[in-house]
Amino acid sequence: MNKPFAITLDIGTSLVNKTGTWRTERPVYVDRLPPCNNACPAGENIQQWLFHAEEGNYEAAWREIMKNNPLPAVMGRVCYHPCEDCCNRAKLDSAVGIHAVERFLGDLAIAQGWNVKAEKPSTGKRVLVVGAGPSGLACAYHLALLGHSVTVHEAGPAPGGMMRFGIPKYRLPREVLDAEVKRIADLGVTFCYNRKVEDLDALMKAERYDAVFLAVGAHLAKRAYIPAGDASKIMDALQLLRGVEAGEQPMLGRRVLVYGGGNTAMDVARSAKRLGAAEAIVVYRRTREKMPAHDFEVQEAMDEGVMFKWLTTITAEKDGEFTVEKMRLDEKGKPQPTGEFETMKADSCVLALGQDVDMSFLKQVKGLTVTDGVVEVGPDMMTGCKGVFAGGDMVPAERTVTVAVGHGKKAARYIDGYLRGATYQAPPKHEVASFDLLNTWYYSDAPATVQPALDAARRTESFDEVVGGLDQSNALFEARRCLSCGNCFECDNCFGVCPDNAVIKLGPGKRFKFNYDYCKGCGMCSTECPCGAIRMEPENI
Amino acid sequence: MTSPLPIKFYQTGTFTVGNRLLDVSVRSVQSDSQRNNSLNSGHRACQGCGEALGARYALDAAMRAVNGRLVVANATGCLEVFSTPYPESSWRVAWLHSLFANAAAVGTGMAAAMKVKGRTDVRVIAQGGDGGTVDIGFACLSGMFERNDDVLYICYDNEAYMNTGVQRSSATPAGARTATTPAVGEAPGNVMNQGKNVPLIAMAHFIPYVATASVADLRDLETKVDKAMRVHGARYLHVHVPCPLGWGCDTGDTIKVARLAAESGLYPIFEAEYGEITGRRMIRKRVPVDEYLKLQSRFSHLFKTTEGRARVAQIQAIADRNIARFGLVPEGAPA
Ligand SMILES: Cc1ncc(C[n+]2csc(CCOP(=O)(O)OP(=O)(O)O)c2C)c(N)n1
Ligand code: SF4
Ligand SMILES: [Mg+2]
Repeated sequence: MNKPFAITLDIGTSLVNKTGTWRTERPVYVDRLPPCNNACPAGENIQQWLFHAEEGNYEAAWREIMKNNPLPAVMGRVCYHPCEDCCNRAKLDSAVGIHAVERFLGDLAIAQGWNVKAEKPSTGKRVLVVGAGPSGLACAYHLALLGHSVTVHEAGPAPGGMMRFGIPKYRLPREVLDAEVKRIADLGVTFCYNRKVEDLDALMKAERYDAVFLAVGAHLAKRAYIPAGDASKIMDALQLLRGVEAGEQPMLGRRVLVYGGGNTAMDVARSAKRLGAAEAIVVYRRTREKMPAHDFEVQEAMDEGVMFKWLTTITAEKDGEFTVEKMRLDEKGKPQPTGEFETMKADSCVLALGQDVDMSFLKQVKGLTVTDGVVEVGPDMMTGCKGVFAGGDMVPAERTVTVAVGHGKKAARYIDGYLRGATYQAPPKHEVASFDLLNTWYYSDAPATVQPALDAARRTESFDEVVGGLDQSNALFEARRCLSCGNCFECDNCFGVCPDNAVIKLGPGKRFKFNYDYCKGCGMCSTECPCGAIRMEPENI
Repeated sequence: MTSPLPIKFYQTGTFTVGNRLLDVSVRSVQSDSQRNNSLNSGHRACQGCGEALGARYALDAAMRAVNGRLVVANATGCLEVFSTPYPESSWRVAWLHSLFANAAAVGTGMAAAMKVKGRTDVRVIAQGGDGGTVDIGFACLSGMFERNDDVLYICYDNEAYMNTGVQRSSATPAGARTATTPAVGEAPGNVMNQGKNVPLIAMAHFIPYVATASVADLRDLETKVDKAMRVHGARYLHVHVPCPLGWGCDTGDTIKVARLAAESGLYPIFEAEYGEITGRRMIRKRVPVDEYLKLQSRFSHLFKTTEGRARVAQIQAIADRNIARFGLVPEGAPA
């Protein structure tokens, strides 16, 4: 008989005693929804791509991002990372620098020339995408992956939409944008530039499209009427940013007023400094707390010497003197005029008061409704007109690049369903892995890797990128700060802490399985699981 | 891109049982799917039994350290009763049970027999509960130390005689309610002394190795077992193993409770060679004793009266004294 050293009794005989019958609760492995994933407007599986990055498996990490977002290098730079605002690690030390790792992966992919291939065979269906901004690009990309033939019509001379004509170069170098767009073109998407769609119906019939995705963006600047002695002193933000993109040197003068409180106002004020203005002053009718601009952009602007004048509106201009009125906030937080005026000297004033969508080309489209300047769409992103979908800035939603990318993906999935004569069913959302479901004892302490920022003085002189990237060593470090909320990362805790050896280890990448023959349901695995991936469920007894 | 620097950060480091980011050679014994499982499934320990877990942790580490050449003597107690209702055995090691009081002496005999037979490859462990070690088996244990017999003695300390229904032992902590120290009227539960500290008594025998460990710190425990098995002569390992039944804590909280015992300073974890302390496990996230006590119904009476509150303060003083005495927090750290 083959028995271990010095063993006489039949070994393992207690295995006949199936202690699983004692159980009143059973542990089950679950995948909970990490708060970062839950917050991502583009629906990225952030925890999963960080999981690959933690192992240094950067290509797998990048491919995981590409399942949901074709623009990782862009996104890592311009996204306002709502994921990090919800990151559970923030409650321990500070949020994982998700955007920094994403940018690192995106840049690495460009450097390495990583590419993607269509996942499905060609369907022969033709889809028109109107607008090559983030939403249009994302939709075109996903439709191409799904086997459809996609043509993008873009009114401007180059792709990117607001990513090119709104976001300054110091936030997004154009080579990065071009590289990521080229990857989409390489998938077989046809891009037609300087092609403004005038009559959608006619175009669809002429070129035989089976569906269309509208993503024209908001490019019409909102204006405020300011009686001015010299109208050339007042210009709008998009005009300025577009001019800079085209290489113009707008005559702003020494002292520039920027009127508005959104991210565009920050972009303009910071660009003005780079264009040689000695003083850039943001004039805003409410307070800093009420400003729609993201806090870190306001901070970066302040670091660069941009000044702010709160609770102020501009009412008129004469001979380089701007008349401004003081405002006060009423009980509802709305700004109200006070009747107190003063003057501010300035060489120019840039209006950054928001943008509207140019809807003129949609007049003939039957069934499509426009309310408050945006197109109404259903949960499937389809407008009132069959086969016509819309997304990005032209539908009711927050206007950010990431939201737009999310719309593009979502629309592509519904368009695919529509073209196949079926309805796309979004998978059910899992329960969120909130902080209280974690056992944070197990995570090592680690400070955040701070991105090496160019110092503020250098920043304002050029359009060089402001925020530096991570390198291999600190990207890995940053990725490993992830707590893997709600999803098993194979730490072996359940396998180790079970007093009854009732956890089976299935090997790398395959996770674990419970042996319910012996599991007594003590719950130790669940308590000691760092990431909250084990739930105790009552037995039916 | 700058050249990659060596990364010194592994997400959970060695706090978790395993870690896929660490090289296999430095992972724990317990994370190995080929571990010995010295105490196998089907045993009859209660749900969440810390003693069952501690015994598997310790013996698996020992089995790896000595290449499976191990014999074990076991005192009477839960560990023996729940593992071997004849003819079933959960042991996947050569294992022998004799009496409640004599595990150390049986170990001595085994070591002597191996020596006579020239089996220098075979190593001996004797083990038992706190009752079998610090009370009834104490004379045999002290003799084994004094003769420096080549045995590692492991005490699984669940702080009372659990197998017979939670009677007090001299390892039962101050203020704890047991079947023989009820908390009625003025009585505090167990007397407010500091019990008998057998690791310190073992050190007083100047034996080669003495250590305390806890089921809450696997890597520390495995390291100590491994170290002990590489030394000859009498060695002593005292392992803190919460008993959900006797302590009145949640069956899922066994490790959590053990962790709070260490992090509050009530259970100091250290090691000593030839009577001198040579190492200590530093507290990582210090907690007041309340956090530990409140998870256990054996201390619940302390939180119901002002006298009880005063006793909690006394227990805190014991923890503070341990911290100062063993140097469990770095100099200058906030109290
Ligand atoms: C000489 C003798 N007295 C009493 C007993 C009854 N008895 C069996 S186990 C036990 C308690 C064991 O307590 P401990 O050593 O702490 O182990 P635990 O069960 O707590 O793990 C007692 C009193 C016995 N077996 N032999
Ligand atoms: S009484 Fe305590 S020591 Fe004994 S088997 Fe139950 S939990 Fe384990
Ligand atoms: Mg005991």
